[in-house]
Amino acid sequence: MGDWGFLEKLLDQVQEHSTVVGKIWLTVLFIFRILILGLAGESVWGDEQSDFECNTAQPGCTNVCYDQAFPISHIRYWVLQFLFVSTPTLVYLGHVIYLSRREERLRQKEGELRALPAKDPRVERALATIERQMAKISVAEDGRLRIRGALMGTYVASVLCKSVLEAGFLYGQWRLYGWTMEPVFVCQRAPCPYLVDCFVSRPTEKTIFIIFMLVVGLISLVLNVLELAHLLCRCLSRGMRSPRGQDTPPTQRNSSEPYADQVFFYLPVGDGPSSPPCPTYNGLSSSEQNWANLTTEERLASSRAPLFLDPPPESGQKSPSRPNSSASKKQYV
Amino acid sequence: MSWTFLRDLLTGVNKYSTGIGRIWLAVVFIFRLLVYVVAAEHVWKDEQKEFECNVNQPGCENVCFDHFFPISQVRLWALQLIMVSTPSLLVVLHVAYHEGREKRHRKRLYVSPGMMDGGLWYTYFISLIVKTGFEIGFLVLFYKLYDGFSVPYLMKCDLKPCPNTVDCFISKPTEKTIFILFLVIISCLCIVLNFIELSFLVLKCLIKCCVQKYSKSLQSSACERHNLIC
Repeated sequence: MGDWGFLEKLLDQVQEHSTVVGKIWLTVLFIFRILILGLAGESVWGDEQSDFECNTAQPGCTNVCYDQAFPISHIRYWVLQFLFVSTPTLVYLGHVIYLSRREERLRQKEGELRALPAKDPRVERALATIERQMAKISVAEDGRLRIRGALMGTYVASVLCKSVLEAGFLYGQWRLYGWTMEPVFVCQRAPCPYLVDCFVSRPTEKTIFIIFMLVVGLISLVLNVLELAHLLCRCLSRGMRSPRGQDTPPTQRNSSEPYADQVFFYLPVGDGPSSPPCPTYNGLSSSEQNWANLTTEERLASSRAPLFLDPPPESGQKSPSRPNSSASKKQYV
Repeated sequence: MSWTFLRDLLTGVNKYSTGIGRIWLAVVFIFRLLVYVVAAEHVWKDEQKEFECNVNQPGCENVCFDHFFPISQVRLWALQLIMVSTPSLLVVLHVAYHEGREKRHRKRLYVSPGMMDGGLWYTYFISLIVKTGFEIGFLVLFYKLYDGFSVPYLMKCDLKPCPNTVDCFISKPTEKTIFILFLVIISCLCIVLNFIELSFLVLKCLIKCCVQKYSKSLQSSACERHNLIC
């Protein structure tokens, strides 16, 4: 049903920058929504008006009754639902891209300043400013961005908006049509001369697809709520450990540490694999170091890898996140 | 209809746009092009077949449909999309022209693709103004052509060969109204984005000019002092 390629490519990018629950949500969105819309769109709802038949010969009665029965077709409603529900995710992607580009520009400026030969106090001051700004963006040792600060705020806001929109659209669908398609619609609207029975085409098949899309919508909503809870727990546990984290000595991180495999909150900088690993920052805040320690502890403590984590990048394997995803990008589902 | 050509061209524009320009492109791609291809085209698919007049007179339906819809709303939507995207191609052409010149003269004329200076700034500025003009123009045209942004379910027609004033019923008027309102809202959003981008460009240019003037005046006063000292 139409051309979803561009939106698919954008949502594909977001998948690399999401939590595990976020990735499941995206997969559900792709497989169960776009594919089903494509499948059901033309074949089931294609003849909805031409086969909508009213028991009357009055010209125009069928048109007005169809309009009264279906102010907006289910298929178009689901397309709009899909678009609106994807929009917060795209806003988040915009923020990620903005931060990645800012980080690249700062790195470039830093490189240029360091290349200057003279020990100028102004150059030192400029370098210090750039390093402060780069520390805010918080890059890990493998050159990836971390979700914290403003980015975490955007992520949480996007998940919240998604949930609200999803719930809103489900409620709207219930108010408009309910969850089943009745085979007969009784219509009384001018120019129909009396109460007219109108017969909907394929009511049972449409009911099946309506219930299917309802279940997908509910799963999507549940996933969003789970993700919110997951993020809240992470924030709370990070907040609880940071007062105690003053005693933890900051450990020197290097690129060989397998903690880089933990891909929950990592974002690639620039074009991904081609960007060099970022130098370690000694001036870490204690909360940042504690986040690093917490994830390392968790990874070491888990007996088996979580379902949706990739094997370590050193193995050189790339697992596809979902059907039809581009193999050139690193995928983590 | 294949829109991939327009899409590929617009993707090239992305490189030479400001941040707001990229947001505009994303809005155009997702909320206009995608919605048009995936949903709107299907709503208007059978518009003439399902257009019904309460008369048996042959030809009456045809003339009434032609009178009420000189151009289908969905085709106007497509035209608007094309016209609004075209000014962005001016920027692409300008950059291509300058890249050709760079190759001939074997030197860099632009600091980097992201920086807009000199002629490219003016081209971008003009393209923004033309885009905004097209957007507003098409919205006004829509309003004037169809007497507002809603589609009624019944229209009365008394053109020849219809023997009297005849009731004509339009198919899916509510769904069409929903999509037209959607189109209007997104167009207004694009107009707002264009205005923000225009102001942003002008402001940035003014600030740059002021800073340059200020630093020049500082330099000249420092030189004067240096000369005095020397």
